[in-house]
Amino acid sequence: MKRLIPRVITSVVGIVLIVSAFVVRPGDDGGAAWPVQAFLYVDRNFSVWFGILAVFAFILGGASLLKNHVSKVLHRRRDWPYSVVTLVSFVGVLVIGLFKLGGPPGLQGEVTDPGAWLLVVFDGLYDPLGSALYALLAFFVASAAYRAFRLRSLESSILLVSAFVVLLGRTPLGTWLSDFLPRSLGFLRIDTFSVWIMSVPNVAGQRAILIGIAVGVVALTLRILAGRGDAEGGRS
Amino acid sequence: MSTSLEIWVSAALTLMVMSFLWRDNPFYKFAEHLFVGVSAGYLMVMGFWSTLWPNAIVKLVPTAARVTDPTAALPDREPLILIPLFLGCLMLLRLWPRLSWLARWPTAFAVGTTLGYNLVRSVRSNFLEQIHATVAPGLWISSASGGVDWAATLNQLLLVVGTACALAYFTYTRSGRGFRGGVARSGLLVLMIAFGASFAYAVMSRITLLVGRLQFLLGDWLGLV
Repeated sequence: MKRLIPRVITSVVGIVLIVSAFVVRPGDDGGAAWPVQAFLYVDRNFSVWFGILAVFAFILGGASLLKNHVSKVLHRRRDWPYSVVTLVSFVGVLVIGLFKLGGPPGLQGEVTDPGAWLLVVFDGLYDPLGSALYALLAFFVASAAYRAFRLRSLESSILLVSAFVVLLGRTPLGTWLSDFLPRSLGFLRIDTFSVWIMSVPNVAGQRAILIGIAVGVVALTLRILAGRGDAEGGRS
Repeated sequence: MSTSLEIWVSAALTLMVMSFLWRDNPFYKFAEHLFVGVSAGYLMVMGFWSTLWPNAIVKLVPTAARVTDPTAALPDREPLILIPLFLGCLMLLRLWPRLSWLARWPTAFAVGTTLGYNLVRSVRSNFLEQIHATVAPGLWISSASGGVDWAATLNQLLLVVGTACALAYFTYTRSGRGFRGGVARSGLLVLMIAFGASFAYAVMSRITLLVGRLQFLLGDWLGLV
């Protein structure tokens, strides 16, 4: 029972949505026949329901965060003072956002209206921290790439050369380096070559990947809808 | 140099994060834990006010629309919205081990919704439209003067052959020897070029963020540039 009901839910919801894609036409509205109305409702509202579930997933994540860090603080585990930072910032932002502090009076207006403290939190904490953390990856991506793509095989060499040409081609340095080439050899300029890589072999590769993904999505969807998968969690 | 407290805090946090380049240290750990707390809280708040409030609470209790906007028209009540709210509450049962199996129901709904929406969309945009975009221009590309544009024709030929070869590489059910093996290997090389280009874009996006942070430090904070 614990496994049957989730499988039935997955199959029924998936099949109904797939059928609705064929039943509902763009112009259908309140005047359509009742079966079309039912599919129309499903087609328009299940994505909203999905969004509501996504918010509950955030709430679950927040609750899990609280549970773990409170436990860490209470048991004085290693690095527990940092958990206090996480807890204080989490609860602080929640209070600021849920009560819309600093904005229009009461709960009126948007949570990010001018003057709202949540906007200050975004501009002063969330945005700089996020940008700096992602910017930090620039250094690690570069060093990881060096280790991974050293000229060890033809494939890794091609990947490295392609990446190098595209990177150089998008900077003034790439243009400057190949400025000496005569007009008749213009196709060998790094910036021109970079554009060619992006518009021909890159497009060919990306299209093949997208087509492969589509075939994979169809196969996996049919497998799960037939109850052969274990997509809803638990042991396989 | 800036006199704004917000900019000083942002600059300090940026430097704390960058200090990880030296090695893991208390300043980095502080910034990291702060980011975890702030981002979790921020995303929950945004989810509550942008999704849960208008799509669930207002539809269940229409007068709630006046809480955020006193002049708002009251929408019709939608009792069916209790279904996702019930499923959402089941999701929270994940925190209680004895009842955590009930959290599979909302997960099953989410999986079914994703599959249902994505199957048709994926077939249309990733399969049919990609094939159409590959073959629709034809092999012979005309120039503006009416003749054959040989460069464009060669590029189109490479595009069609490259896509076919890369697809051949994804066919794992046949042995990769002989002519077919050669085609698949050519496809692998095409894929490597595409991966290289994607990698370059990933690096560029990170470097853009880094440049943005440096501009903030040197410009907005220190006023040097």
